[in-house]
Amino acid sequence: MAEVRYEQASRIYPGTPPVMAVDRLDLAIADGEFLVLVGPSGSGKTTALRMLAGLEEIDSGRISIGDRDVTHAPPKERDIAMVFQSYALYPHMTVAQNMGFALNLRGVSKETIAEKVTEAARLLDLDKYLDRKPKALSGGQRQRVAMGRAIVREPSVFLMDEPLSNLDAKLRVETRANIAALQARLGTTTVYVTHDQVEAMTMGHRVAVLKDGVLQQCDTPRTLYERPANAFVAGFIGSPAMNLHTVPVSENGAQLGELTLPLPRATTANLTEVTLGIRPETLRLVGPEEAGFKLAVELVEELGADAYLHGRAHLGDSDQRFVLRVDGRTPPTIGQTVNAGLRDTGEIHLFHPGTGERLD
Amino acid sequence: MTTAAPASPADTTTPRTAVRGPLRHLLRTASWTAGAWLAGLVFFFPVLWMVLTAFKQESDAYTTTPHIVFSPTLSQFKAVFDSGIGPYLANSALATVLSTILVLALGIPAAYALSIRSVRKWRDALFFFISTKMLPVVAAIIPIYLAVRDLGALDNVGTLIVLYTAMNLPIAVWMLRSFFLEVPREVLEAARVDGVTLRQEITRIMLPIVAPGIAATALICVIFSWNEFFFALNLTSVRAATMPVFLVGFMTSEGLYWAKLAAAATLACLPVLLAGWIAQKQLVRGLSMGAVK
Repeated sequence: MAEVRYEQASRIYPGTPPVMAVDRLDLAIADGEFLVLVGPSGSGKTTALRMLAGLEEIDSGRISIGDRDVTHAPPKERDIAMVFQSYALYPHMTVAQNMGFALNLRGVSKETIAEKVTEAARLLDLDKYLDRKPKALSGGQRQRVAMGRAIVREPSVFLMDEPLSNLDAKLRVETRANIAALQARLGTTTVYVTHDQVEAMTMGHRVAVLKDGVLQQCDTPRTLYERPANAFVAGFIGSPAMNLHTVPVSENGAQLGELTLPLPRATTANLTEVTLGIRPETLRLVGPEEAGFKLAVELVEELGADAYLHGRAHLGDSDQRFVLRVDGRTPPTIGQTVNAGLRDTGEIHLFHPGTGERLD
Repeated sequence: MTTAAPASPADTTTPRTAVRGPLRHLLRTASWTAGAWLAGLVFFFPVLWMVLTAFKQESDAYTTTPHIVFSPTLSQFKAVFDSGIGPYLANSALATVLSTILVLALGIPAAYALSIRSVRKWRDALFFFISTKMLPVVAAIIPIYLAVRDLGALDNVGTLIVLYTAMNLPIAVWMLRSFFLEVPREVLEAARVDGVTLRQEITRIMLPIVAPGIAATALICVIFSWNEFFFALNLTSVRAATMPVFLVGFMTSEGLYWAKLAAAATLACLPVLLAGWIAQKQLVRGLSMGAVK
């Protein structure tokens, strides 16, 4: 068990021009914390994890695990265990041998290895498969073997690189809960990489959002959702994504079609435009007499309890797309024009139209 | 559940093609099968002829309308054994086995350095290896002969071992490298995280996974060394002569001994067949066997 610290850690991929895969990352992960690194493809999240694992060089800055500087230490000296996206099981070894391999290398006695493997196998419901080779296992079982291999080591830190992305949807949700429960039980510091923001929100104590190798925000899931630091985080966290539109600012506030949204003067001083962030659940359908803006319905996604309405509104001189969460029992139909209003003006997020930074 | 604008009507498959499809498919399969059998027979026929001739009397072997029906005899095999095949077999076996072991011992680390942990200029190194095969052996035989003579190493199995190793090493490095590249990178990384040393990474993870590829490479080396004729003919005479040289002995100035030659050739094929059969067990094993996904 240990805390993990990235200090200005960078990874530069050589080339013309060189690419900053991870750009001066500063991150402190507390002992026992479950931290999720999330971001779109190419955001550097996997590179950041591999730097911690020792599989990727650190070009500048430093990384420490516990009190130890491991910046240039090889993987085996870092006391970490990693679960790979492809599981990376040893194909020529049985499940038991796969799980016991690391201990075997360290010269742990056979009896101790067998004991620990059996214990981990029971925890992961793998006892029946200990003598099988990976090829004779299903995807979900292979995933659990990869987890087992990490658990048996009793490392200071678990590293997980999109461990659920090869599972089907149902199993993914199940395994997601299992991993979170397991981590809580073992209390081992965990760094978990995913591109799936639902995974990030449901599993992490804190979530670090990366984009183009730069850390955008690192906070609890709730804070990320309620107070995104910039327009990128706002658009990335939440499903369906937040509606982000740049609208003109008038004397009275921001202008969204017929709707005028009063803005605190201090935050929008000197700006002629502002980027509005409105979550789908902040919008609602209103009657024709209420203040709102017209929306032509293009698509209705019915999810049972709720429905998501995708529509196009004519604002200013261009068409803009919006998503609304509406009641699942009586959704409008395609082709209809509806009037959209706000539930609560306090739930609107304001961002700088140029930099995308949060404005309050 | 998604409601969207109605999609264009699904494309309709005409029932006509549904009736004709299977028949055409059957015909195509049958013609491919027939072609494959024909090609197989063309390749196999000389081998069959060799084996048949080996069981003939010398007089039956010479008939201009070849006899398909004849009374088989083992006398040619006996004659071959009586003419002292032993030392030739031993020399061939020694040169083949030792050169193959040497090739693998040198080729595996080289291929590792050119694939998994690429050294700088690995492309140039690879090209250098294969470029040595571009010169015909005939072009190099005089300098090789002179060098071997001056070293006092003519008619010596050791010389053949060294030459066969050099001859097979480039191909082996290329083959091994391509097999090594098939090993999922993440499996090796997992091993490094688990704490392997470089040596353990190769012996405990890499080699077991690429065992089929190593078997294939070894088989190729065995075949090439066993059948090598040119060096053996030019650099050996009595003590170190190998099987191919022995075979030529049946083409004498008094005439060809077809049946004896066929019997000796049949015997010469057996070790290679045996090696192929042993390697096959490894070859059929799937390469990565569910390591990833």
